[in-house]
Amino acid sequence: MRLLKLVPDNTNINFLRWRWFAIAVSTILVAASIFFLATKGLNFGVDFVGGQLQRVTLVKVVPLDTVRDRLNALGQGEASVQTFGSERELAIRLPLPEGADEAAASAAADRVRGVIRALDPQARFDTVETVSGKVSGELLRTGGLSLLLAMLGIATYIWFRFEWQFGVGALVSLAHDMIIVLGFFAATQIDFSLNVVAALLTLIGFSLNDTVVVYDRVRENLRKYRKMEIEPLLNLSVNETLARTVATNTAVFLAVIALVVVGPDVIDGLSIGILAGVIIGTYSSIYVARFLLVPLGVGPDSFLPKDAIADAERVKRRET
Amino acid sequence: MLDFPRWKIWAVIAALVLGVALAVPNFFPEAATKTWPSFLPRERVPLGLDLRGGSHLLLQADTGDVAKQRLATMEESVRTEMRRAVPRIEVGDISTADGVVSFLVRDVRQIDAAVEKTRGLSQPVGVTGQRDWDVAVRDSTRVVMTPSRAGLDKAVDEALDTAREVVARRIDPNGTSEATVLRQGDDRILVQVPGLQDSRGLRALLGKTAKLEFKLVDLNANPQEVAAGRAPAGSQVLPYPDSPDGGGRIAVKRQVMVSGDELVDAQQGFDQTNNAAVVNIRFDGQGGRRFARVTQENVQKPFAIILDNVVLSAPNINEPILGGSAQISGNFTPETANDLAISLRSGKLPVTLTTVEERTIGPDLGAESIERGVIACLIGGGLVMLYLFATYGLFGLFANIALLLNVVIILGIMSVAGATLTLPGIAGLVLTIGAAVDANVLINERIREEIRRGRRLLDALSHGFKEASTAIFDANTTNVIAAVLMYALGSGPIRGFAVVLMIGIVTSYFTAVVVTRLMVMTWFRRTRPTALPI
Repeated sequence: MRLLKLVPDNTNINFLRWRWFAIAVSTILVAASIFFLATKGLNFGVDFVGGQLQRVTLVKVVPLDTVRDRLNALGQGEASVQTFGSERELAIRLPLPEGADEAAASAAADRVRGVIRALDPQARFDTVETVSGKVSGELLRTGGLSLLLAMLGIATYIWFRFEWQFGVGALVSLAHDMIIVLGFFAATQIDFSLNVVAALLTLIGFSLNDTVVVYDRVRENLRKYRKMEIEPLLNLSVNETLARTVATNTAVFLAVIALVVVGPDVIDGLSIGILAGVIIGTYSSIYVARFLLVPLGVGPDSFLPKDAIADAERVKRRET
Repeated sequence: MLDFPRWKIWAVIAALVLGVALAVPNFFPEAATKTWPSFLPRERVPLGLDLRGGSHLLLQADTGDVAKQRLATMEESVRTEMRRAVPRIEVGDISTADGVVSFLVRDVRQIDAAVEKTRGLSQPVGVTGQRDWDVAVRDSTRVVMTPSRAGLDKAVDEALDTAREVVARRIDPNGTSEATVLRQGDDRILVQVPGLQDSRGLRALLGKTAKLEFKLVDLNANPQEVAAGRAPAGSQVLPYPDSPDGGGRIAVKRQVMVSGDELVDAQQGFDQTNNAAVVNIRFDGQGGRRFARVTQENVQKPFAIILDNVVLSAPNINEPILGGSAQISGNFTPETANDLAISLRSGKLPVTLTTVEERTIGPDLGAESIERGVIACLIGGGLVMLYLFATYGLFGLFANIALLLNVVIILGIMSVAGATLTLPGIAGLVLTIGAAVDANVLINERIREEIRRGRRLLDALSHGFKEASTAIFDANTTNVIAAVLMYALGSGPIRGFAVVLMIGIVTSYFTAVVVTRLMVMTWFRRTRPTALPI
């Protein structure tokens, strides 16, 4: 049987030559992401800004503008109506007035139901989520904190397992991935919910997964080929692990694409976040994480066992 | 490398059989597994609210309540203690303003005795020797008691524990439903009731603190003063929505005749004369005697039935009530009377609870999510397995078997550990399918590489497994760090996702590395191939 090989044997692509191109791409992506984050900002869901979210499945199709106009006529503040999955599945978001109590919140939910029932008597009401400003503020803080801690924790682990340059390289490539995925969410205005934070955390673990495998190979080659210059050595390591990077990421990509296309619509934010992360993570582990090692000063001397250096000195002294 | 010791083979097989057996009940309908003999595993993966539908409420306790109540209780204790002191200590101007209890000692010579008595009212907190109240003397005549931070924290903690129990009793009086009531953080209680669609009744049940008191009506109070909200000494003015004179207020004595703490039972019933919904209550022995004595002494005078500081009704005592039973009438419907009966039975909430987060999920959405999640798992898994087989041939087949075992074992572990599967958890499962492949990819690519370098077959195999394992370990560790943080800082559904990821990481290491190696080596020993089909 002829086996499928997406990356042919003995591939030797000179990734180094495309380095400047990659730097340009990264710079543009990061700049665009920061631009979107600054201008459009993230479309925070009720988890993070508080308010009320109802998900409704309609039987007949009602134009979004009609729903929106009817809801705004209630005078309960600007209602946001979006579809998710199909055009019959609506996500309706209402702001809650400052200090609104439970009774007010459930009255607001009832009025929304009334409007929807009038438009489609057979509508199915799937979820009602009401989050007070107090809780949403905390969720936002802990969400941000967990992302930050995950990045630092993993970078520290890599620093201990390898050398500090690898830790810094990992941290920078993580920040790079994170900014671009956040920029993606800002540009598309996909609802940024708790699930998306989970996706980002997964992505932190996953993106580093790739980086670690490559670093592992760089370390092995640094020990094996003492005489080789650092740049060709990195190129060699990238090429040697390329088949694996492509194979694994293809597999993950296939699994996640199934989740995005046929999976439950409610977690689309999670699935799409992971998908975007997989794509960016693959790219960044080839370019960002690896070639950062050069300016950070990883050289042929890295990973020399300390006693080996002592030995070498002794030999030297005897020679003189 | 080739010689797997026999015990190791059996250990691996035993672990696999166990893992798969634990997952088996999930593939049968619940009705079928119930009839299985008891030695067979019957546990299923518990589903989160987002998959089965239900209500989720996060309640916030008003900790200010606790502080206020402590002040009031302490004020009462100080009065009693000074009265009981020998010789009696005359005090005046007791106040609970500014968050402290302070009082004037009339005879300056008694100040030391007063301080000693008040110190005796405080309790040690923890092991540091700190007490729950700090006592000081101001202007040499005034004793000031300040609640200490540690004391307040302890009181809040105890109040929350009690509140949690009360909430649990109210939601689930018979302990039969699958509701969960947990404390969360310092001042919150999490309530989850599967299957419940309308949380309004639930919130109504939790909104009441259900502090029931019986007090005598102060007949000497000047009606004009009462209408203005001013009460005579020793009395207080309370709202009375159904008052016959339409004033909406009534003055009652501060002293409590009997309180709801002395109840043994409360049931909803109907009044025999006018068929209105009422709540029938029964006092315990002590409460019953007290109620009997007070009613004997106050025949033909009215008393007030007070719930949460609102007067429900103020009937006349027609005759002494001796049996220890009484009837609470008010403007009730059978439902509200029943809710009140439940609230009274379960005790009073020591703090006011407000809902700060509420999520209600319909059952249809959950069923739909499960269905589509399973389809996504099948399609995603199918694609990944096809891809692996196309890429690595026989070795891909080995990896696929490992992958299937992995998913089944994850379900088995979740069933036996009672780890809840949530909607994001399904995504975690799909992602695990993709990520678990990584270990096999690393190994297989390494074997290919070693063969290209001209190693002998067996050498290539053992090197492939050995060299890949450091990378696999490091890569998995980064995932574990992310998952642990997600679990520590995340809430409900996100935790479900983190749990699936963590279990998946451990099981995938076992299936992808250990089990695959066993399969590869057994195959190698049986067939002694001259070339590896990879």
